[in-house]
Amino acid sequence: MSRSKAALIGVASLKPVRQTEGETTLGMLARVSARAIADAGLEKDAVDGLLVGPQVGETPQHVPATVAEYLGLQPVMANVVDLGGASGPGMIWRAAAAISAGMCETVLCVLGNHRNPEAPRSPNRNPIREFDVPFGASGANISYALLMQAHMAKYGTTAEDFALIAHWARANAQRNPNAIFHGKPASVEDVLNSPMIASPLHLYEIVMPVAGAEAVIVTSAKLARELGSCAVHLLGAGEKVTHRAVSQAPSLTSGPLKPSMERAFAQAGVTVDEMSLLSLYDCYTIMVAATLEDSGLCEPGGFGRFMREHDFSPEGDMPLNTHGGQIGYGQPDLAGGMTHVVEAVHQLRGTAEGRQISNPRFALATGNGATMSEAVALVLGADE
Amino acid sequence: MSDLSELKVPGPTEIELTKPFWQAAAEGRLMIQRCEDCSKAIFYPREICPHCWSDKLGWEQVSGKGRLKSFSRVHKPGHPGWAPVAPYVVGLVELDEGPTMLSHILPGEGEPAVGDRLQMKPTNIGGRVLPAFQPIDEGGKNE
Repeated sequence: MSRSKAALIGVASLKPVRQTEGETTLGMLARVSARAIADAGLEKDAVDGLLVGPQVGETPQHVPATVAEYLGLQPVMANVVDLGGASGPGMIWRAAAAISAGMCETVLCVLGNHRNPEAPRSPNRNPIREFDVPFGASGANISYALLMQAHMAKYGTTAEDFALIAHWARANAQRNPNAIFHGKPASVEDVLNSPMIASPLHLYEIVMPVAGAEAVIVTSAKLARELGSCAVHLLGAGEKVTHRAVSQAPSLTSGPLKPSMERAFAQAGVTVDEMSLLSLYDCYTIMVAATLEDSGLCEPGGFGRFMREHDFSPEGDMPLNTHGGQIGYGQPDLAGGMTHVVEAVHQLRGTAEGRQISNPRFALATGNGATMSEAVALVLGADE
Repeated sequence: MSDLSELKVPGPTEIELTKPFWQAAAEGRLMIQRCEDCSKAIFYPREICPHCWSDKLGWEQVSGKGRLKSFSRVHKPGHPGWAPVAPYVVGLVELDEGPTMLSHILPGEGEPAVGDRLQMKPTNIGGRVLPAFQPIDEGGKNE
């Protein structure tokens, strides 16, 4: 594919679990990396680039060297991508950029974390800790509740509108045996009857934290062709970072994914209407609502009607988060954002077992970090 | 509902730069920085102005009046120390001088609503006086 900026030739996931006991994150990253390289049909020595996340379990710094050493790799490009839930998608374009800059040829992008008991409290000593926490606002739930309340106040959107997003995530999770909520669908009523955590946010609208890991192997389109790989291509990418704390957000109802998606579509030369799959970062229902509106698929404030007008299943007219999204699959820490890339690769190369979209061409995969502050959008295309 | 002052919750992680803010807060006043070059008021306190990168930042006492940009009634606090007063309300307060800060929203006459006018109210939270806010009625009903 001539427009290809790089090829995604291997993916792997560890099945999410609620708790781990005595696991190390390094061990989990090693397992998922081995599966991804096997999926790519390569040997480990083909990997000469490494992208990892920050705060990898027991390792607060020197993360790339620690992971490389553990995996027996000596990469010629190694870095940390620290964009919260946008880290995974953010790795993909950085891998492509490093490859096209001639720094390396094949990059392992890997994220994951254990959930052993007794996680320590945050070591933050920054402005959000000094100026938000003392007033009773700890954690992401409250920040996203503030975004959701602002959306409802501005547009008159309703609790039912948002509950539809969680309902569809759970519905699609029934097609994915790996999903933490496989076997546990939820109706709109179930979502609305789930406990209020931070108004207007209900429990079922919030991702469940799980242990897990996700990996993607990225190489040049040329090498992918020579290898005869089953490749999915990166066609466009966009990124933007606007703030950290929700009080500093330039807008409460539209985020940095808007310009990120515009750039990704422009690079790819396609429009949002051509997407076969929307693989949209969904830490909370409000994030999907804001992304649908920022993408131009519906007008600002119009996501509720959009949710009622479409079928978001793999057979539907608008497949959305066919792996269940993180709301249905579970959020394996920073690897959660990578699940949207892994699912897009499965769909575009025809390996989405039991939930395959027919004849998919393009997918939009988004990542989002902090409080709608760190954004990455990727346009991926099937091998043609 | 328990008393906010008796909560065992994390207080501000004050640093040298932010002392004027917290000292004023302890005395029931709200002090924020303003850039002497571009004239914009800023929050939270910084070493340089985020708008123009000038380092000429001065402190000024502000009105403590603002508008509720958004709010949440927190039923399951992120920090267990807040559990005794849950549910409680936090909100984004757009100060009349421009910048937005997050704060604790004290109960007003009715349910909070986006757009409510607010007034800073020094409040003992966990043994320390912090700038909380309360919805106020600013006229229209004074006849």
